[in-house]
Amino acid sequence: MANKESEQRIPSSLEKFILHLHPKKIDSRAIKFSRTFGLGGILALLFVLVSLTGLILRFSYIPTVEHAYDSIIGIRDNTVLGQFIRNLHHLSAKLMVLVSFLHLIRVYYSQSIFQKRAENWTYGLLLFFLVLASSFTGYLLPWDQLAYWAVTVISQIIEYIPLIGNSLAYLLRGSDTVDGNTLINFYTLHTGVIPLLFVVLMSVHFWLVRKAGGVALPKTEEKETVDVIPNLLWKEIMVASIVIGGLFIVSVFYEAPLLEQANPLKSPNPSKAPWYFLGAQELLLHLHPFFGAVIIPFSAALFFFGLPYFRYNNVNIGVWFNSPLGKKMSIQSSIISFIFTFFLIYLLDHFLHFDIWFSGIPSVISTGVIPFLLYTLPLAGYLLFWYKNHKANNTEIIMACTSILLSSYVCMLLISLLLRGEGMQLIF
Amino acid sequence: MKLNRRKFIKRILIVAASIEAVFLLKDGVSKVDTSSSKELFNAGKADSFEKNKLYPFSTGQFFLKRFEDGGFLAMSVKCTHLGCVVNANSKTGGFNCPCHASQFNKFGEVLSAPATRPLDIFPISIEKGEVLVDTRKPVKRSSYNKSQLTYA
Repeated sequence: MANKESEQRIPSSLEKFILHLHPKKIDSRAIKFSRTFGLGGILALLFVLVSLTGLILRFSYIPTVEHAYDSIIGIRDNTVLGQFIRNLHHLSAKLMVLVSFLHLIRVYYSQSIFQKRAENWTYGLLLFFLVLASSFTGYLLPWDQLAYWAVTVISQIIEYIPLIGNSLAYLLRGSDTVDGNTLINFYTLHTGVIPLLFVVLMSVHFWLVRKAGGVALPKTEEKETVDVIPNLLWKEIMVASIVIGGLFIVSVFYEAPLLEQANPLKSPNPSKAPWYFLGAQELLLHLHPFFGAVIIPFSAALFFFGLPYFRYNNVNIGVWFNSPLGKKMSIQSSIISFIFTFFLIYLLDHFLHFDIWFSGIPSVISTGVIPFLLYTLPLAGYLLFWYKNHKANNTEIIMACTSILLSSYVCMLLISLLLRGEGMQLIF
Repeated sequence: MKLNRRKFIKRILIVAASIEAVFLLKDGVSKVDTSSSKELFNAGKADSFEKNKLYPFSTGQFFLKRFEDGGFLAMSVKCTHLGCVVNANSKTGGFNCPCHASQFNKFGEVLSAPATRPLDIFPISIEKGEVLVDTRKPVKRSSYNKSQLTYA
């Protein structure tokens, strides 16, 4: 009865706007929290938060080598709630990297990237790249030691790309080294180009979600639909309130880091890349740059962009891990890959000194091909075992591959972040 | 092959984008040079440098090494691995990178990975007995050889 009444009522313009984003009725399974964990919505909220706080910070920040650091000090010490706004901006951005990674994992493992959703997977990956790019360009702006050397390290990684690497790094820095030109480049990208691209790509991303019929769900006989207002809207407001409240509370106690002013004559020891790129830096410690900066990143990117388009024969859209076997394989291969990566890094650090043992042959082979095979061959054998003994389909095999890659990256990132001290040596 | 309006416009756009990309990658965005001065770095009188000794010039971002035969070599302080500033290692006479533990010998050649090429060098000229170092453009090299030395 109550339902009928609300249908007759004329919706407010706010409700009308919400019904432009959402459909009027929605499958009740789609709004269960454990279906999406609200991750995409949280990202949209975080984008609004970083935009607003960023806009406020923009009034005080000066993008020059002489004044950048002092203007951050000014925001911290002489502005009402300045440090709070900066903390909020910093934390929201950090959370955005984390949540977009989780969103990617959720969408992938719930098999929501195939057929009509394939195109949106591409836009999602582009948005993920934008999240990293905006975080990285923002990293330089405080112009402290942390910022300067993290950006130096990353721009040197770019130089390892053959043929165009040097020009590309020069284009990014606007100079041979990180200096005032780099600062103005990063400032323009961070506060102008990237936010604009975000708005465009986000619109396409949302529109394609609607076009595909919303959240991917497994096929079912009987569907129960409910009204978006209030069922979904209520949940969205709850999640948004919790996220905003949590961020505000943490921003009061957590201080965004600021070291001493950038000094190009002195590298801090150790000099680390931004935390989300630490996996890539770890890779470069063990592998020849041709593998660490070219072959592996590019083939990984190709693999991820190609994921929806490989030939599958038993895709169950919307089913977590595709099948019970897929679930078992994903979980097991993640754990195995994590432990294997950890031990391999330990061995490479302490026992396997290929560059010294094989100093006669080119370093591409001694520190490139050999460690690369040492990683890939055992894992290939592991996948073969699943294929032979458990009749795993290629859907499950590819899912296990993805799990192995993601888990290895997370393992390398954590080692580099937590277990490397002075001189980037392992602390055990 | 038939060329219709849509194809034509598409191709024009692709060509324009490619030209722009090449332009961007070929120093199309050169800006005011803020980093280095236009002049050569004057390190001082050549006679004042003792043989077989290493002189760090932190403002010029290079190490000036004078070898036993009197030859000068100016090596960049930037590690060729990821650009950290290397430290002189007084025990070996070479250099150590604090960031990722690359090691270099006294000629700047790699002793241990992850670095893959020797430290870059800066061209030196000696005029009126003064050592002038061109710090504007580091020169990449694959190994050390005697022709890289400059004599007074």
